[in-house]
This record gives sequence, structure tokens and C-alpha cells, in this order.
Amino acid sequence: MKVLLSWLREFAPGIDGDPGALSDVLSALGLTVEEMTVTGAMPGGVVLGRVLDLRPHPDADRIQLVDVDDGSGSTLQVCCGAFNMAVGDLVPLARVGTVMPSGLEIARRKLRGQTSEGMCCSEIELDMGADAEGIMILNDRVAPGAEPGTPLAEALGLEPDVLWDLDVGANRPDALSVMGVARDLAAGLGVAFEPPDWSTPASGPDISAAADVEIVDPTLCGRFVGRVLRHAPAGSSPPWMANRLTALGQRPINSIVDISNYVMLELGQPSHTFDLGRVSGAQIRVRRARDGETIITLDGQHRILASGDGVIADGDDDVIGIAGVMGGASTEIDADTTDVLVEMAWWDPPSISRTAKRLNLSSEAATRFRRGADWGYNVERCMNRFVQLAVEQGAEVAHGMIDERGNLPDRRPLRVRTSRVNSLLGTSLSAEAMAGHLGSIGFGADMRDDGAGIDVTIPTWRWDTETETDVSEEVARLHGYENIERTVPTANEAGGLSTYQKDRRLVREVLVGAGCCETQPMPFVAPGALAAVGLAEDGITLVNPVDDSESVLRTSLLPGQLGAVAYNQRHFNGDVRLFEIGHVYLPALEGQLLPDEREFLAVALSGEEAPAAVAVLDLLAEALALPAVEVRSAVLPGMHPTRSAEVVVAGRERGAVGEVDPGVLEACGVSGRVAWLQIDLQEVLEGPRTRRRYRPVSKYPPSDVDLAFVVPDDVAAVQVERALRASAGSLLDRVELFDSYRGSGVPEGSRSLAYRLRFQAPDRTLTDAEVAEVRQRCIDETYRRTGATLRS
Amino acid sequence: MEGYEQAAADAAERLAAAADLDAVAGIERELLGRGSQFTEAKRKLGELDPSARAEAGRLLNDARGRVEAAVAAARARLTASGLADRYAAEQLDLTERLPRKTVLRRGHFHPVTQARDRLEDVFVGMGYTVAEGPEVESAWYNFEALNIPDWHPARGSFDTIFVNLGEPEEVMLRSHTSPVQIRVMENRKPPIYIVAPGRTFRADTADATHLPAFNQIEGLAVDRNITMGDLAGTIDEFVRAFFGREVKSRLRPSYFPFTEPSAEFDISRPDGSWLELGGCGMVHPNVLSNCGIDPEEWQGFAFGFGIDRLAVMRHEIDDIREFVNNDVRFLSQF
Repeated sequence: MKVLLSWLREFAPGIDGDPGALSDVLSALGLTVEEMTVTGAMPGGVVLGRVLDLRPHPDADRIQLVDVDDGSGSTLQVCCGAFNMAVGDLVPLARVGTVMPSGLEIARRKLRGQTSEGMCCSEIELDMGADAEGIMILNDRVAPGAEPGTPLAEALGLEPDVLWDLDVGANRPDALSVMGVARDLAAGLGVAFEPPDWSTPASGPDISAAADVEIVDPTLCGRFVGRVLRHAPAGSSPPWMANRLTALGQRPINSIVDISNYVMLELGQPSHTFDLGRVSGAQIRVRRARDGETIITLDGQHRILASGDGVIADGDDDVIGIAGVMGGASTEIDADTTDVLVEMAWWDPPSISRTAKRLNLSSEAATRFRRGADWGYNVERCMNRFVQLAVEQGAEVAHGMIDERGNLPDRRPLRVRTSRVNSLLGTSLSAEAMAGHLGSIGFGADMRDDGAGIDVTIPTWRWDTETETDVSEEVARLHGYENIERTVPTANEAGGLSTYQKDRRLVREVLVGAGCCETQPMPFVAPGALAAVGLAEDGITLVNPVDDSESVLRTSLLPGQLGAVAYNQRHFNGDVRLFEIGHVYLPALEGQLLPDEREFLAVALSGEEAPAAVAVLDLLAEALALPAVEVRSAVLPGMHPTRSAEVVVAGRERGAVGEVDPGVLEACGVSGRVAWLQIDLQEVLEGPRTRRRYRPVSKYPPSDVDLAFVVPDDVAAVQVERALRASAGSLLDRVELFDSYRGSGVPEGSRSLAYRLRFQAPDRTLTDAEVAEVRQRCIDETYRRTGATLRS
Repeated sequence: MEGYEQAAADAAERLAAAADLDAVAGIERELLGRGSQFTEAKRKLGELDPSARAEAGRLLNDARGRVEAAVAAARARLTASGLADRYAAEQLDLTERLPRKTVLRRGHFHPVTQARDRLEDVFVGMGYTVAEGPEVESAWYNFEALNIPDWHPARGSFDTIFVNLGEPEEVMLRSHTSPVQIRVMENRKPPIYIVAPGRTFRADTADATHLPAFNQIEGLAVDRNITMGDLAGTIDEFVRAFFGREVKSRLRPSYFPFTEPSAEFDISRPDGSWLELGGCGMVHPNVLSNCGIDPEEWQGFAFGFGIDRLAVMRHEIDDIREFVNNDVRFLSQF
């Protein structure tokens, strides 16, 4: 909402002072100042000029020569780059010596040999608007008879003013008007708020003969006020009105539309005008639409209505307007209109809101109605103002006023407990102080005789305000948020991260320690992106994605990570080590509305082979004390079929480790290999853990035994290791694979795996005989269990 | 008996000249070992007159002691020079930075994670726990329970991204972290002191200052007699802990359907101007009731703000899209 200081002062003359200080008061009241502009400060030297002649520049195509009468008696020649002027037009002329708002000083100069003695100005050059296209043509904007040479500010009736652009919350329908802002600001400053009233003697026939209004659905329309004008003004609005509308961001259109907008901006009440002659039977019926009824709205669109939409129907029960949202084309006012019905109504906010949303049709009127317009005296005030402005411009007004009522909000006094208000705010305000604050913005506040608080009557311009809590907010606002003493509550429980959250941080730390960078790609992928990485194309889709390439929710972190690898390769960053912890969204489980959303961990090591990913898995397993982590060879979607495995933790499949399928890499524009690990972090972290129980450290020397086995290819190393562990018994301290070898001396279809076994007893030095015995047992048992033979 | 003296003197001379520890051990064995001159002489002491025995024993022990001391000295001399040789042999110039086979390089936490962790740590220090919730939400959690019915004008301001699940507009990517408030209050009885960081979504086209997916943190305190003064004090304490003791905060009236009174909170900048940081307010009684909490018995405050922006401010990042590009040249700066 934009407001002008001069306009506010018409409601509260006491509003005065430094504009910056006023801004602070507005913001402290919750009318947040988004922007403040000092306007109407026209540079001295800019005057009204009249175009006397236009000639081409002899040596330049893009410049013309303009002879301008500046009222001095002599004619000035100006070189001008715009071509929108005609002879006789009134234009702004900046005389030589004028310092423009941009800081430019206008000088006498020569352009390709032709003298230029001043400048004709566009809106933007005078800081009067955004239009930079042509010179401002002022023929209709200055008072009749304005002479060339008149200072422009005087000719346009401009005075230095302050324009505020305010951010107004959805709970403040009243503040979408100059009057509402003035009421708050006056209260904030402690000055009087005195809204003017306007009444105009009627001059036309009795309205009862002219129009008839019936509220068929009282839940839709709480109040319908109407008056009839004859010979409504046509043509353009007077300059003062056009200037104000322009300042507030409303383009002047024609007299009757401008009056409607002016009253809405000034007082908050939207209005609608019907060409009464085209309203069948001069009858208005306010009702809900039937499914499938249609209307062509003022914007020329053909719209299909649904039951529940509020409509205005005529005597034939045909729809001629969408209540509170937009009027219909069939009763639009035009040059042939004689009688005009002016409607000012109060509409049920949820009804208007639903219709505006369903039709995706927003208007300034709908914005106000869906927040709740004023249904009290202000409706009459606004009608009076409308009539007064119309009559000023030559209209006649019929006697009498239509005033039909439907259901209106309950505004019986509300009991407000001062103790409750103080307890919510942390204040110790007296009932009198609260009543004073409330009274300053038009709330009725009567102290209760029983001392239990205040009976508050909430004004009709505050539809959203209904409860004790709402009233507390008003008290806080007027008391000043900054005047509330600051305290800190003491939580009686210790704060902290959950085990899950701590472990997730540990995972990050381990991975950063392992040289990986944390990534956070967006969680959406393009259609087909999941299939491109070998996964089922079953991602949940978005209804209104920002971009079609971001319209599917990922079911795996693989597309995002490969995207990141490819991005880095494209930017010559070489091989990268990346990880991500993020959500994936799997199809909803049976009976669930929401997706099966899980937190996954992925690690992508470009330029590395599968064992690098297994090493990362081992690192995490050790750091998190995961029990029984197994790696089971498997063919997995998107993965290299002979270099991948399922990650099994405590008997449950929890992810995949290995390498990404070369075909997938190619499809994603990645060169080289990518070692890959992805696990369901949530399941893993919430699953079982090994308790780290103390094991005494032996003080006696260990004995190391190296054994190399010839192992057939169909026997996994982990089987050999298990056999060794099982046969070595309690003396075994550790087993380590230190070599894997294929080649001469090892039969085809087998490889040699060399293990170092460390034997140690907690209570003695092992004898050579003991070690020899366990060594032999290991050899025999491993052969028996796996068929691996000792390599000689 | 003078022979011992001479033998000891000879031994000292030989030991001083010994070239290595093996030579020392040989001399030691020769002079003091089994069958050596000193061992034999000691054995023969018993054959002497008792009167002569004492004098001879004293001379023998003196000489033997001198030999032992010479051995120890020779050992010490050679050990020290051995280490010194090793040190000399192993000398490295640490300014030679040849490429190494195992490169030591640490990875990097994402700057948004760093901001989030720092925020969590501050609130944990103030007695809060950290709550989380799903990113795909139902209209109940994202809107209705938060006092935003379907017709409410505020709904349009969220630019919600909806999901093809359930009835039209029934499922969406959460447009704020506030749904976590509802989930926590539905599942726990007060007192509640939580913060809820996480990813949120709006239908904003990506540009230097917007992403359709970004991060927020939400705070919620519900207890007996929580006041708006507590809200202002908590914001103030957080701001000073996070941004520095000299940074001030202020509250300005604002509007959110789920809090009343509602406020925006600003922090002071060094030049005296104010920077809007987030929204806050007293939890609306309807929100408490929707979660089965009696608003006559319990009161609460809530606040929320963006996390990404804090990382942007801290590191002076001029294009927020870098957060999702995952370029290691960007990530490794933090």
C-alpha cells in the first residue's frame, strides 16, 4: 500500500515531522516501510513549454529541432531525441541552468551544428515516473489556461510530498487505505484522527423507482449499499486526482473508474458500477452460482463458474458480475450510459477468496474483500465520497440509498482479561493503559465494574480481529514492542543433539577427513533422469515445478552426484571426491499419503575403482561401530555388474557399494570410473551398534604368520578370511590380506591371496610349538572349508 | 699385583680406540669374561694369606672397576656417534615439496551445513533440542494446523510447489519449517524447547538470490507463562551469541497466521542500519489447540529464518546458485 503524507494529513493534520522519523513510527506500528520517496520536488527552472514548430535536424536522423515557447517572449530552439510531440502540445521544458534530479546541469550546447537551448523532459528525467519513452505531454494534466513559462510544479499542482510504500499484513484490511494508515499513524504519534465526511444533496429522482436489490444468500453478502447517478462524468479526471492516483501506482483511466479507485485507495471500500440501463429489470439479485453458469468478465474473458461462487444476477437471473472479484462486460459503462448504479458491498471473505483463487483472478477489490472490508458506517462514508466526487464532475444523484443486509460478523463486546494480556506479553499494564491504547485506534474499551478486565468492542474495519489474543496484539503494537522488557526463559531440560544427529555429524567428519567435499544438489531431477542412471522411473512428480527439468523427486542420490561429478569435470576440476547426505522420496507405503521419505548417504569418488568405495564403507563402519558389515557381490541397478555389491549391515540390506556402470557414466557425461557408495543412513544409524567393550591389551610379544593360499575365483576372499578366523581360535589377534596375485605359478581360474595372521595370548609368550600347531590348523581348516590350498 | 694396574691402563687405551660396539664387547669379554685375567686373579685370591688377601682384593677391585668404567664410556661414546650417523643419514629438507603418492587433503563441509551446525550449537547451548520432519508434507501440517485455512490470503504468498499425491493441493513440498512445530507438539507434551532446521521449497526461479530449494531454521518454546518478553529476550540472546556481543536486535509488528502477536526481527549492522532476519511471534492459540495443547494452560513463542542467507552473509557469496552447483573450487573455500 502506498500513501502520501499530504493525503494522510487530510485525515490527521497533526501528522508532521521528519519523514525518516515518521517512517520509524510506521514500521514500529507494523506498517513496514519498504520504501520512502520524497516527491514533487521539481527542480527550479523546469517550466511549462508549448511546442511551436517541429523540424528535422539537417544533419541527424535521430534528433529533431523543436521551437518552444517558454513564456519569455522569445522562441527557444531545442534539439530533442523524442518524436511523440505535436505542434501545440504542452511539455515540460528544463531551461538552461536547471540541475536535473540526476545531477545533470542543462547547458546551452550545439548538436551537429544546431543550438539547443534547454531540454524537453520525459517522466523519468523529472523523476515523476518510469516512462523513458517519450516527452511528457501535459495538455490534459494542467489546469485550463495554464500559460507557457509557468513553473511546472505550479502548473501540475505539485507540492513537495512524501510517498511511502508500506508492507501491510493480511490481517490489516483497514490499512489498505490512506484513512486506515492515518488512523494508526495518528495513534502512534498521539495526534487527533479526524476523518472528513462528505455529503451531497440529491438532485435526481427517487432511487426506489430506479433499482431494486435482493440479497438471496445472506451468507455471501453481509451488506449491499447502492446509489444511482445520472449523467455520470465521462472523460478524464482532474489533474489533482490523476496525480494522486499516479503517485499511488494506479493508472488514471476515465472519470468514473478513477473515482472508484480513488475512493478505494482513500477509504478502503471497493465499488462497482453498473450501466443500469443494461441491467435487466433494473434488478440485482445476490446469490451463489450454479455449476456451469458462465459470464464474460470486464477483461473480456469467458469464465465458467462453480457452485459456491458469489454472483450478481439481474432480473432475468442471468449472471452479470462475479461478486467482489470482477464485474461483467454486459453491464459495463460506456459513452451511451445514462444511469449508473454504484455498488458498495461487504462480501464473505472466504467465499471471495475461494472464487478468486479458483479463477486465478485477482483484483484490487478482491484483495480487500478477501481480507475483510469494513461493513460499518464507512460504507456510507465511502458512498458519500463517491457521490461528492461524481457530482463535482457534473453528475446528478438520485434520492435515497439502497441498504440491504445479510449476515454480518458479530461485534458484541469481547471480555478481555488484563491479566491474560499481561501474561502473554510479559508486561504489567493497567486496564486503563490498555483501554487507552485500544481507544486510540477506534476500539471500544469499557472497564468492567467487577475489575476483571475490559469489555472491548472491535471496530467493523478489523474483520480479522476477533479474540482476546488479537486484542493483545493491538495492545502490544500501541504499547510498542520495544517497550516490552526482555527476559529469557529457562528450559528445565538440557539441550542437545540426538544420537542420530551426533552420528550424522560424525559421518560428515569422517568423510571430510577422508578428503571428500560435501555437496547439496537440488532434490529434483528431470523426467528420464532416473532411467538414465539405470533406476526405475518411478519418482513422484511435481504439479507446478519451477522448471520442467526439475519436475521429479529423486529416489536415489545417484543422479545428483553424477551431475556434480560431470559439472566438475566440465569445469576442468579433474577427479573429485564428493558426498551428500540428503532425502530421497520413495513411493508412499500402503495406506500412507506421504512418500516414503528417507535420509540417504552417498559417496562418489571419480577416477577411483570399487575398492576405494569399500574402504570408505569400512572407515564409516569402524567410526560408527556398525556390527557385521558385509559386502555381498550383486548385480544392482545403475551399478557396474561385476564390480558392485550390496551393503549388508546386521543381516539387512542397507545400500550399495562398488562402481557406477560405465554405460550410466557415459549417459551422464562422466569420463573415467566412479567408485560409489550409497546407504540408507537413517536405517543404518537407527539400527544396532557394537558396544565398544574393553579388551585388555596383551603385554606379551605377538607372533606373525604369513600364509598365501591359491584360491579359486568362485571363492570370495571373505570366505577365506572367515575360515581363518574360525580355525585360528582365540589366539588370533588379527588377519590382514596383504597381497592378491594372479600370474605365473598360480593356476588359471585362481588367484593367490596372502594373509598375515597375528597370534597373541593375553597372559604369556606363545611357544613356537603352539604357533606351529595353530598355523597348521588354519591351513587344514581353510582347505576343508573353501578348497584354498597353501601356495608352496 | 702391579700387573692389574697395567692391564687396566692397557684396556682403557684399547677401549678408547675401539671403532664399534662389537669391538667393545670383544675387549670386555677378553678382560672381564670367563677365564680372563681378572676373573682368574679373583679366583686365586683365596690361595693367598689372609693378611695379604685384603690388600690384593682391594687392588684387584680397583683395577676391575676402572676397566668397567672404560667399557661403559666406550659404549656411550659409540652409541651417541651411531645415532648421530643415523641422523645425518636421514636428513630431509622439508621445503622440498615433491609430489607424494598418498596425498593428504581434507574435504570440506558444505557452507550451508556449517551455518546450520553453528546455529544448532548456539540453540543447544540455550537448552534446545533439534527436531526434524519430512520435506514432503500434507496440507494439514504445512497450512491448516498452522491456522492457514484453504481460503486464507496468506496461502498465496507461499508460492507452494505441489506434489502429485492425494487430492489436489493436499500434498506439497513444505514451504517452511513450521510443520515441524506441529509434528513435535502432536507427539510431545510441553515443556517444549526445540529448533527445527531443514530444507524448504518455493516456486522461485533460480537466480543469484533465489533457489527453489533452500534452508530455514524454526524455533519453538512452549511452557507455562512463556511471554513475548521471553521471545524478545531469546532472540536477543541468540543474536549476540551467533553474530557477536555488539549486535543488537529489535522486533517490529508483523503478521503471520500462526503467531499472535507476530513480529519481524532485525539485527543491527555496524553502520547503525537494521537488517531484517526473520519472523517470530507468540504461538497462536488455535495452533496450540490444533495440537491438543490447552492454550489457557500453556503459552509459547516461535521464530524462523533462513540459513542460506547467513552463509551468504558470512562468506560474502554473490551468487546463491553456487550452493547447488557443487563445484569443488567453490566448496573447498570453506
